[in-house]
Amino acid sequence: MNRRMRGRGMLAALAVLVALVVPDVASAQAPEVVIGVLYPMTGPVAQIGIDARNAINVALDIINNRHDLGLPLAVEAGLPRLGGAKIRVVVVDHQGKPDIGQAEAERLITQEKVHALFGAYFSSVTNTASQVAERMGVPFLNADSSSPALTERGFKWFFRTSPHDRHFSVVMFDFLKDLEQRKKVKFKTVAILNENTAFGSDSAKVQEEFAKKYGYEVVARLPFKTGSPSLDAEIGRLKAANPDVLLPSIYTSDAMLFTRAAKNLDYNPKMILAQDAGYTDPKFVAEMGREAEGAVTRAPFAMDLATRKPLIPVVNDMFRRQSGGRDLSDVPARVFTGFLVLADAINRAGSTAPAAIEQALRQTNMPAEQLIMPWTAVRFDETGQNTGVSAILMQLRGGTYYTVYPFELAAQEVLYPIPTWSERK
Amino acid sequence: MGLLTIPPTDVLIQGILSGILMGFVYALIAAGLSLIFGLMEIVNFAHGEFLMLAMYTAFWMYALFALDPLLSVPICALVLFGVGVLVYYGIIGRILEGPMLAQIFATFGLGILLRAAAQFLWTPDFRQVPDAWVAGPVRLLGISLGLPLVVASLASLAAFAALSWFITRTETGVALEATAQDRQAAALMGINTDRMFALGWGIGGACVGVAGAFLTTFFYVFPDVGSTFGLLAYVAVALGGFGSIPGALVAGVIIGLIEVLAGLLIAPAFKYVAVFLLYLVVVLVRPQGLLGKF
Repeated sequence: MNRRMRGRGMLAALAVLVALVVPDVASAQAPEVVIGVLYPMTGPVAQIGIDARNAINVALDIINNRHDLGLPLAVEAGLPRLGGAKIRVVVVDHQGKPDIGQAEAERLITQEKVHALFGAYFSSVTNTASQVAERMGVPFLNADSSSPALTERGFKWFFRTSPHDRHFSVVMFDFLKDLEQRKKVKFKTVAILNENTAFGSDSAKVQEEFAKKYGYEVVARLPFKTGSPSLDAEIGRLKAANPDVLLPSIYTSDAMLFTRAAKNLDYNPKMILAQDAGYTDPKFVAEMGREAEGAVTRAPFAMDLATRKPLIPVVNDMFRRQSGGRDLSDVPARVFTGFLVLADAINRAGSTAPAAIEQALRQTNMPAEQLIMPWTAVRFDETGQNTGVSAILMQLRGGTYYTVYPFELAAQEVLYPIPTWSERK
Repeated sequence: MGLLTIPPTDVLIQGILSGILMGFVYALIAAGLSLIFGLMEIVNFAHGEFLMLAMYTAFWMYALFALDPLLSVPICALVLFGVGVLVYYGIIGRILEGPMLAQIFATFGLGILLRAAAQFLWTPDFRQVPDAWVAGPVRLLGISLGLPLVVASLASLAAFAALSWFITRTETGVALEATAQDRQAAALMGINTDRMFALGWGIGGACVGVAGAFLTTFFYVFPDVGSTFGLLAYVAVALGGFGSIPGALVAGVIIGLIEVLAGLLIAPAFKYVAVFLLYLVVVLVRPQGLLGKF
């Protein structure tokens, strides 16, 4: 290399160095907190993604502006311990695909430079996206995925505010035992119908375990591919096995198809005890609510709890304004709560450094009065799971869900058995 | 795995019947695809999306004009006929002489475009026709079957018969077959092959239009609904033989049967394993399909 080339080379190297350094200096003084949000914004459960985004918008409004409410970070504008810094979200669509979730998580961290990740509804996507977060040392807060395995991985950076399917299954099986006493019946057999991604598979595993523990025989185990065009074979098997209780863990599309097909093929389960997901999607309730009369589902949230929690109607009004008239439901309620927990932790950390946020999350202790969920608190254990959780069961009657369990919180008596198709109409 | 469980007789019969009935519907969807391929050796990778458009047409006829899907059948057939013809003149006609890759990508890209447009225009929300005229079970000797499925399959059979009659008994239909058999000879005989191609695409679309209207009575409609049926349609065409309409019927029924029987006897998770396994075997042993000519 001659001298002139070397001179030019050094100038180029210097320019590159400056280009690398200057943005870093600028970002260290960022006046805002950036959170990466992953949800299915398109695809069969896109409405869930839309609901989640609206719930986050409500939370952002409360955090970034002044509101006279008994919610964390409501009273001041922005995060007080970060000089009033506001929170900005970058929302990405993972389309329900774990590989896209993974790629987007990486992009959010490395290019959008988010300070934390939030999402992702599908347990399968939360699984891969949180692996990225764990690898890169970024906090991941999950508010709505229920596979128990997610907090059994020994992760340091993963936190979950919502109950998981083990919590729910305890409530569901306790309900079966209590219902046996209340209605003077005896359940002997159960059947498990589950979609075959992480959510359904893990739920089925837990339910099999609990069935054994509670003394029920599993007479059919039916995994299927979510989005199948036909569930006739599965219903055929269910008719043959004739279980006392059907335990579906299925998404919205499958729930709708199943309900219709059950009507056409005249399958009459006496009790349907669902693992949420499709059964609590407002879309399902709106379109198939009347056909699914009598279906019971576990839920972390129900609107008729508003009588006991004055915060619920207030937040619901804000949500209705964001969503164009939709009420709060299971997923947006959990998303709203989880997002506030994350923001509160960042505020307590007083910094956007990952380690500080992680520490603050560990020390979270949000009391019941500040929650719209029927939980005792938000407090994380060593695995990152919130231990203050609780669940309720609700039943579809005339196209609306009513809380039916625990019996002390119940708005209506349990309808058992579900009337057969020929008895209705 | 591999353990056969024999269900009680009535469940088995119910399964076999519903498998055959569903097979007729698959067959009608596949027939359009087979027709198009037989004519110009182009696989319409947007065929599933055509079905999706048909289902949306039926849905919107219901949502906007309170027309039951049964009444929308002629409307859907006409609309999809138009779509087929439009696609031919607008896209396919221009790339007929092009490399095969261009032809594949053209319909594939069209499929993606249609799906995205549907999502943009009508949102990814699921749509349903909650109170169609045909609903609920129909009971026969203790067997219960879905009335929508029975009606849809009978209609598919009728459409098939009409298609066969058209191809063999009408002058236009014979001209269509001639074009499919030997394009150049047909041109030499004075048949306007360009118009035949357009007609083929139109009829292929109309078949899917009819199927789609009936499917709306018992399926939810959403932008991706085409992919599930589309895939089975490709398998039916390949299994029955590219270009063979009777082959599409046979293959459709076989697929419907295998799907249900595998689900009942082995496990529902094996439904499509069995279908595609059979397809692989046929392709290896008899690549032209069961009734194919190539």
